[in-house]
Amino acid sequence: MPTKVEKDAFTGTETTGHEWDGIKELDTPMPRWWLYTLYATILFAVIYMILYPAIPWLGEAGYTRGVLGFSQRVELEESMAEARSEQAVYLEKLEAASLEGMLDDPELVNFALAGGRTAFADNCVPCHGAGGAGGPGYPVLADDDWLWGGTLDDIYITLKHGIRWPGDEDTRDSAMPAFGSDELLDGAQINDVAEYVLALSGTGGDEAAAARGGAVYAENCAACHGDGGEGNREFGAPRLTDAIWLYGGDKQEVVETITKSRNGAMPAWKDRLDDSTVKQLAIYVHSLGGGE
Amino acid sequence: MKEDPATGVETVDVLSAKVQKEIIKAAHEAAETSGGSLYAKRLQIYPKDVSGAFRRFKWAALVVLLGIYYIAPWIRWDRGPGVPDQALLVDMMGQRAYFFWLETWPQEIYYLAGLLILAAVGLFLATSLFGRVWCGFACPQTVWTDLFMWVERRVEGDRNARIKLDEGPLTLEKALKKIAKHSGWLVISLLTGGAWIMYFTDAPTLTRDLVHFQAGQVALFFIGLFTATTYVLGGIAREQVCTYMCPWPRFQAAMLDEDSMIVTYEAWRGEPRGKHKAGTDWEGRGHCVDCNQCVAVCPTGIDIRDGNQLECIGCGLCIDACNHVMGIVKLPRELITYDTISCSAARAEGRPTRYRLVRPRTLIYSGLFAVVGLVMLGTLLTRASFDVNVVRDRNPLYVTLSDGAIRNGYTVKILNKSRESRSFELVAHGLSRAELSLSGQEALPGALALTAQPDSVTSYRIFLRAPEAAVLDETTVMAFSVTETGQGETVTHESVFRGPAR
Repeated sequence: MPTKVEKDAFTGTETTGHEWDGIKELDTPMPRWWLYTLYATILFAVIYMILYPAIPWLGEAGYTRGVLGFSQRVELEESMAEARSEQAVYLEKLEAASLEGMLDDPELVNFALAGGRTAFADNCVPCHGAGGAGGPGYPVLADDDWLWGGTLDDIYITLKHGIRWPGDEDTRDSAMPAFGSDELLDGAQINDVAEYVLALSGTGGDEAAAARGGAVYAENCAACHGDGGEGNREFGAPRLTDAIWLYGGDKQEVVETITKSRNGAMPAWKDRLDDSTVKQLAIYVHSLGGGE
Repeated sequence: MKEDPATGVETVDVLSAKVQKEIIKAAHEAAETSGGSLYAKRLQIYPKDVSGAFRRFKWAALVVLLGIYYIAPWIRWDRGPGVPDQALLVDMMGQRAYFFWLETWPQEIYYLAGLLILAAVGLFLATSLFGRVWCGFACPQTVWTDLFMWVERRVEGDRNARIKLDEGPLTLEKALKKIAKHSGWLVISLLTGGAWIMYFTDAPTLTRDLVHFQAGQVALFFIGLFTATTYVLGGIAREQVCTYMCPWPRFQAAMLDEDSMIVTYEAWRGEPRGKHKAGTDWEGRGHCVDCNQCVAVCPTGIDIRDGNQLECIGCGLCIDACNHVMGIVKLPRELITYDTISCSAARAEGRPTRYRLVRPRTLIYSGLFAVVGLVMLGTLLTRASFDVNVVRDRNPLYVTLSDGAIRNGYTVKILNKSRESRSFELVAHGLSRAELSLSGQEALPGALALTAQPDSVTSYRIFLRAPEAAVLDETTVMAFSVTETGQGETVTHESVFRGPAR
């Protein structure tokens, strides 16, 4: 590009010497304030580089540390330590308090609810859903039906030891036989008992089959689920007379459950979470649907 | 200063328009030799002292407004134990604002919005009727600048003395005068900044703390901040705030029309202007004797004879100055006058003058003012002493219970504005056979009794259940009403009840 610096006759300012499509640009000086601002930012940058970590690759730490010794990591650790020391008061109280006694201390309950909410989001939401909404195979925690009991103590023990969890001797354990797969019942019997179970909650369709299924139920199911289908918390055997179905309440799902059995599991959290976190979770889960 | 022996008029052509132009020219030349600076140097303005009706009014406005500013935070207003007894208080930490009998919460910030809208529309109305009366007499910038100029005049003398002082070499006297002036300004600034934070904390307590050097860092920071801003804006920046920083002069022209009262020079009578010898005839010339007094007294340094301009703050001091001169030359007063452009034009043509206060513009502004004012008054009068907020659980949207009933969870927050604990009854409307319960308690039909803690927000997690047969839609629009037990004051909050898809 040809450059020819010339003096503009009208303003007396020199041009930049460039020309685009016949348009020339005046080389007008920057406004003074603008220039000073630029110098100020350069000065700021220099001072900043001296005071704060700035240049990588240099120095022992792999970067220049700056004379103030500032570090975001240290700041974070300090604020975390501060938060922990603020929590310590409540955590100690939580350790000491009995589960039932905790409910009398609104401040402690608030703390537990806040902590429990976070722990729940971190550990429980993948299966039980946000707010304990549950899903097929994973119990709703916000309703009024509890397989293994809904008191604070029951929830606490379930959390601690899990359900059908191999690594824990005290885990809540039971196993429903796979009546079909293990050939304990034939297809017709399974169909009849499924109709009987559906009829218990008033959703059955085939009364004749249900009547036949009654005998099958009494022989095979009543031991755990109760003579009237009222369930048994000792075995985590669901109540069959209500409107809540863990694996779905239509006939196909019920037949599937009887044929292959389900036996869902939940981890024991005692090795993964400390006792106060489990207590917080118990309080939180208890609050979701009002507990028992 | 020269005195014309014929007229006895003091003329101040020491720094007349001609001299000012020379200064500007010199500044340009200096800029060119320094490499073409794009920065025009500020021309220092030396307003001359003046007396007259407008000056007296300006002093009165200053005394009244400063009086209100300094006294208001000290007014006490008994609100009972445990509550601040300051009539005007914005309690940032306690999140309350107090205005005599009124106590507002942060949630009611819309009252502030309404107040600002009222102020804006009021400003529009006043401007369309009487010109820039706000700028000239009531704006804090004007009031404090005026006060600072008074200090300046007491210490350094009037206009010509100040010009001479600034132009002269640095002597001990000059240094002492400058120190005295700036000290005076700083004292005023300190008192201003100190008084401002009295509106945000208990005034007597803070004053005691300040005297004992026990005031907190926050208080000291804000006193320092407002001291600095007062000093810079009122002492140093002055008319530049109005001309360059304030947006109002830029668009106030939109509120003015030919029927607005403004400070105006009656050119038809004044022109052609020129010096006048006593005893000579006034035939064939205007009444303006070109004494430049109007320029000399102007706090923004403009020449009103060039017509209305954005720098003019409408203070009318040039009117006082001109009336004084007209008295000396024995001509009718009001050559510069506070009048409308249409009246001025009518006088020029010998027609009768006519004032039109009622115009579409003023009607619209008054109407707006009335509407906003009435809405604010209405909301204030019907303001409930409590408020209710209902937040529905989003996860899960609804829960099916053992007996098949559908249950939704809500968080009900009762904002109790009074200083006593109060009991309320919560009722759900719009859902048949619905039952309310607190979390963990048995559901019952009818009202749910709730207690709200004094002066705070009390939060309850509640459940609302209805038999499946009663839940006809996936979404049922319903409402919660909260009624104070035995009082009847009710606040209703709309919400929805969710059920399974139909």
